[in-house]
Amino acid sequence: MNLLQRVWRSSLGKKYVMALTGAALFLFVVGHLVGNLQVFLGPEAINRYGHFLKTTPEILWPARIGLLTCVGLHIFAAMALVAQNRVARPVAYAKVGAHGATIASRTMIWSGLIILSFIIYHLLHYTLTLPSVNGYGFDFSTLREEEGRHDIFAMIVMGFQKWPVSVFYLIAVGLLCTHLGHGVGSMFQSLGFKNHVWGPRIGGLARTVSVVLFLGYASIPVAVLSGFGGGHLSEVRARIAKRVSEHPVVPGRIEVSHGTNTTGKGK
Amino acid sequence: MKVRLKVWRQKNSGTAGAFQTYETPDLNPNMSFLEMLDVINEQLAGRGEEPIAFDHDCREGICGTCSLVIDGKPHGPHHGIATCQTYMRSFKEGDEIVVEPFRARAFPLIKDLVVSRKAFDTIMQAGGFITVRAGSPPDANAILVPKEDSDLAMDAAQCIGCGACVAACRNASAMLFVAAKVSHLGLLPQGQPERHARVKNMVEAMDAAGFGNCSVTGACEAVCPKSISIDFIARMNRDYAVALLKGDAKESASGAG
Ligand code: HEM
Ligand code: FES
Repeated sequence: MNLLQRVWRSSLGKKYVMALTGAALFLFVVGHLVGNLQVFLGPEAINRYGHFLKTTPEILWPARIGLLTCVGLHIFAAMALVAQNRVARPVAYAKVGAHGATIASRTMIWSGLIILSFIIYHLLHYTLTLPSVNGYGFDFSTLREEEGRHDIFAMIVMGFQKWPVSVFYLIAVGLLCTHLGHGVGSMFQSLGFKNHVWGPRIGGLARTVSVVLFLGYASIPVAVLSGFGGGHLSEVRARIAKRVSEHPVVPGRIEVSHGTNTTGKGK
Repeated sequence: MKVRLKVWRQKNSGTAGAFQTYETPDLNPNMSFLEMLDVINEQLAGRGEEPIAFDHDCREGICGTCSLVIDGKPHGPHHGIATCQTYMRSFKEGDEIVVEPFRARAFPLIKDLVVSRKAFDTIMQAGGFITVRAGSPPDANAILVPKEDSDLAMDAAQCIGCGACVAACRNASAMLFVAAKVSHLGLLPQGQPERHARVKNMVEAMDAAGFGNCSVTGACEAVCPKSISIDFIARMNRDYAVALLKGDAKESASGAG
């Protein structure tokens, strides 16, 4: 039988898929956090970073395609595993013991599905900048610096100033924390990278890293809701107001509400 | 002491089962759990009722025949102890104790608390052995085995194949059992020639039997009467990956030997 078929058909093989794609997604989650934390260095740093990614398709597109493939495979394998697990015990116990199984380990599919719904929202919100999902009704990509670069900083601050957006974000990164608290340890187990020396430490390390990730991600909406970035937004608003008053005939970018010119191209 | 038992009764796999409650007579707290069931069965037989069917053999924790999920835990309240070594003194006067069979699709119910664990035999037949000329015993120490390897192999060899790991796992996965058997032989020099074929064949037999997958919850090692470590599953995962990458053996043209 060929190798890929064997991997896919076997229980262990599907766990290899889970673990390898999970590891790739985990590395992305770490990198993404490091990138995002630049928001605390101010608009210049994060906007330059965003501009760099946008203008470097040879990094952007392989990363996007790779990540989507990993998410797809991760979910596909998860569904196959969960379906098999459900039928493996047709009659339930009257009295069920957890036997030390953590809540995180027993709710991987639920934390995963909520994370998935968040990923979809997050992409619509900040990547595709759909006007209908950000609570303002205009396209976030029309937020530009004076030199024309995307104003990622303003986008982040405006995005998170809507508290329901921040709450959903916090729930999702909270669940990501429980997902990875179990998942990262489990990943080493699934791939067999474990021995008696560092095996006992893996679980604790996985949970620690997950909490650090949670604190890192959560710090951004919490800072915004506490007023961070408000000054920059006022400047942006003043700039737009000024431009609108100078060119009243040109439909502005930011105050476009529904349907009309939402492309915001040009300076 | 007296306790109340809620026992799963089911005539056979074709009929529906239900719990039935029994009040025990006065028991000696130093009776084993199985002896307590014997006492109930004697009473039932005396009344002309069908005794409760349950599995048991050695009653000294070495054969792996006894089973039972007692109050939600396979093999009862203790860690590292089989049902047959569980004593009534571990319960309290007046306790209601729920007794269920091991539940898994791959362990079909035969009667009451007895399930078929033939799937384990099928897995063992797929690779849980070494192929040797069964002649006279070889000289001791003719093959040297590092102490840590033999210790670890013996830890794995503790597995009595009772199926508690399957019973406890929320996915009814047999990984701990298979991992113990794969590692036991895979750690020893005598097991090396068939090491990769063994892990492939045993894992495939396990999958074919309809067990679930491993979610690494650790429930299996927590209930194992022999405290087999979940680390053996990591070892099996590694062995299986290596075996898959190596592929199947090439058909030999010369047919050596
Ligand atoms: C950023 C996103 C995600 C990351 C970083 C991630 C990471 C991981 C990791 C490292 C594991 C452990 C793999 C193993 O046990 O070997 C895992 C397991 C799992 N993931 Fe994810 N995951 C993510 C998203 C999702 C999504 C969207 C789902 C939705 C279906 C999901 C469902 C699962 C399930 C069900 C398991 C447990 C599999 C099992 O117990 O057999 N994950 N994840
Ligand atoms: S009856 Fe033999 S192990 Fe319990």
